[in-house]
Amino acid sequence: MKEKRSSMKRKRLIGNIFSYILLILISLIWLFPFVGLVLNSFRSYKPGVEYGGMVDYLVPKTFSLDSYRFLFSGENNYVQWYLNTIIIAIFTAVLQTMIVLCVSYALSRMRFKGRTLLMRFWLILGMFPGFLTMICLYFLLKQMGLTQAGAIPGLILVYVASSGMGYYVCKGYFDTIPKALDEAARIDGASRARVFLTMTIPMSKPIIIYTALVAFMAPWCDYVFASYIAFGHDSSYNVAVAMQRWVWTGDYQGYFTRFCAGGVLVAIPITILFMLLQNYYVEGVTGGAVKG
Amino acid sequence: MEKTDVKKKKGPVRDFFCTLGADLREIGTTWSEGDGKTKLSFLFFGIGPIMRGRRLLGVTFLVVEAALIAFIAGFGWQYFSKLGTLGTVETNASSRVTTYGDNSFLILLFGLLTLCAFFALIFIWRLNVRENRREELLLKAGKHLPSSKSDFESLFDSNFDKTLLALPVIGIFVFTVLPIIFMICVAFTNYDANHQAPSKLFTWVGFENFANLFSFGTDGFGSTFATVLIWTLVWAFFATFLCYFLGIAVAMLINKKGIRFKKFWRTILVMTIAVPQFVSLLYVAKLFAADGLINGTLLRLGWIKEALPFWTDPMWARITIIVVNIWIGIPYLMLIATGLLMNIPEDLYESARIDGASPWQMFRSITLPYMLFVTGPFLLTQFTGNLNNFNVIYLLNQGNPKSMGLVGGAGGTDLLVTWLYKMTINDTNYRMAAVIGIMVFIVTAVTSLVVYNFLPSVKDEEGFQ
Repeated sequence: MKEKRSSMKRKRLIGNIFSYILLILISLIWLFPFVGLVLNSFRSYKPGVEYGGMVDYLVPKTFSLDSYRFLFSGENNYVQWYLNTIIIAIFTAVLQTMIVLCVSYALSRMRFKGRTLLMRFWLILGMFPGFLTMICLYFLLKQMGLTQAGAIPGLILVYVASSGMGYYVCKGYFDTIPKALDEAARIDGASRARVFLTMTIPMSKPIIIYTALVAFMAPWCDYVFASYIAFGHDSSYNVAVAMQRWVWTGDYQGYFTRFCAGGVLVAIPITILFMLLQNYYVEGVTGGAVKG
Repeated sequence: MEKTDVKKKKGPVRDFFCTLGADLREIGTTWSEGDGKTKLSFLFFGIGPIMRGRRLLGVTFLVVEAALIAFIAGFGWQYFSKLGTLGTVETNASSRVTTYGDNSFLILLFGLLTLCAFFALIFIWRLNVRENRREELLLKAGKHLPSSKSDFESLFDSNFDKTLLALPVIGIFVFTVLPIIFMICVAFTNYDANHQAPSKLFTWVGFENFANLFSFGTDGFGSTFATVLIWTLVWAFFATFLCYFLGIAVAMLINKKGIRFKKFWRTILVMTIAVPQFVSLLYVAKLFAADGLINGTLLRLGWIKEALPFWTDPMWARITIIVVNIWIGIPYLMLIATGLLMNIPEDLYESARIDGASPWQMFRSITLPYMLFVTGPFLLTQFTGNLNNFNVIYLLNQGNPKSMGLVGGAGGTDLLVTWLYKMTINDTNYRMAAVIGIMVFIVTAVTSLVVYNFLPSVKDEEGFQ
């Protein structure tokens, strides 16, 4: 008996060592691009030693802050792009969360005529690719003066206007709040609006944070609409549109380290924010996955 | 059996006509039994409610009617009337003074908007007639009508849904529904680089674009469409299922008994979600470039003679993209699977262990069925999401490498959506872009419908409860 237990122990130990090796390997693969990104951003471009393009070694020969200095030197609009993106992200997060909450509450709690029809209609709408509407949206925004110079409010409008269709996760969460609570409050004379504002919303903190977080992070990656709507107007680009030029244009050789530096500055605050709110994110994603 | 099927198919159509019939009959009785106020309301919306003391409701009806009619008559009609031809007078720029003709784009867009305004007018009219009928019946029964004040308050109580949904529905109509209808119409026109509004006109061409999509000649889109469609489906399949199984595997690895620092391992993986994709993906794209770090290192070590064609050979590029996508996808699945794995009742494993099941057997007959059951709908949304996964493809290698054998600027790794994007941006070939968009919709809708009906959690809801 004792022997058996010790052999099992040994077996488990070997299994665990194997697992640890695997985990360390996975971690290395997953962290590698980020380490590379940070190291590249500190590479100098001293003539004769190194230059600012893509190189075939990881650790720079000489470290410097040249790339970071370039971002704030005024030779480009980096600060402007950064501010643009922050403004878009904050407005989108706030407005989109409000709209999603409204739609979710109406669909979860109220039973009105055409409710299922509306939900089915939105489901079908969601199956059309978003870019299909691009030229039409551009024209609509242009009529309102919200392209090029006015691209920032225009982009916020585009992101927010159709956000009502993304109610699934939030409605799923509302569905789990017992209806009996609503009924009790209504018997006491509270109106629907009061129940919504003073009961449902305070109880939905996790899902509100999840919705706002996802909405906040999306504009940082948006390339398609941002580039189309702000087309040719450098000072209303967001970071993604502006900086991907540094990678793809013919002379990216000189701009690669600058892209890395800019990318690091974008990634740091977003990553910290995400890590702080990670638990809410996991809750939202898992809930959404199970309910589908 | 067959008979019931036929009946079922007839159901919705018959239902529709029944409702329509009942509606018309009700409108008839409203007219014949209605008093003067009601009859006046048939022409001037809301007069009835106003004269019966419900000012707020009545004035709203009246204002909406006036606004819609003003829009149609003052603005929309000039476009709507040309909707059949999309304009006949071409802009003349040959003389020194440019004389502007019709703008097909505006005619189509505002024509459709006017059409929607007509429907809205009919709908409001119907609401108005019904409201009059209701008021008359209430008065006949000797009851009081609600006051304007209580009408207003109901917007925050019994009619709260209308308050909540008004803005989102309008937003979705203007920024999603209208553009989609517009683009569906474009698929039936010849709107492309040679027919650019406002200098040139475009017009209806029927199904010509769809015929072009399925024509397999040298200029036809047929073979390119087939290539891109197959790659899109293959990509979505691998991107979904590889990430799914590997994600579960990693989650199980971290969840394993005796593994410490669980939170630490998870946090490392979650970094990929936190860092904006345009930063990480563009960096990874350059890692695999011909002059990138990976090729450079391998060359320096002498393992290869010339750079591996990660992005320049279609087959290599496809495999590289799928591999990089695993790097992106595993963390999401790991997060989801971690939560779900903990929900599996421990005693299931316990009894399996007593029966002498091996870990692999336990995975195959407990973990996997449970996960598939719970995440079935999620897998479906993942699959359709991957069909339209623009960011990964476009940021990694922009759908390249381009190939002579493909038309419309398509490349070896282009999905239908990136191809659509390229045709809109680079070629301004809107007619074919619209057709491709409709095809994406059809593919997504068909996959969803077919798979949805096969899902275990739909077939057998009680399965694991």
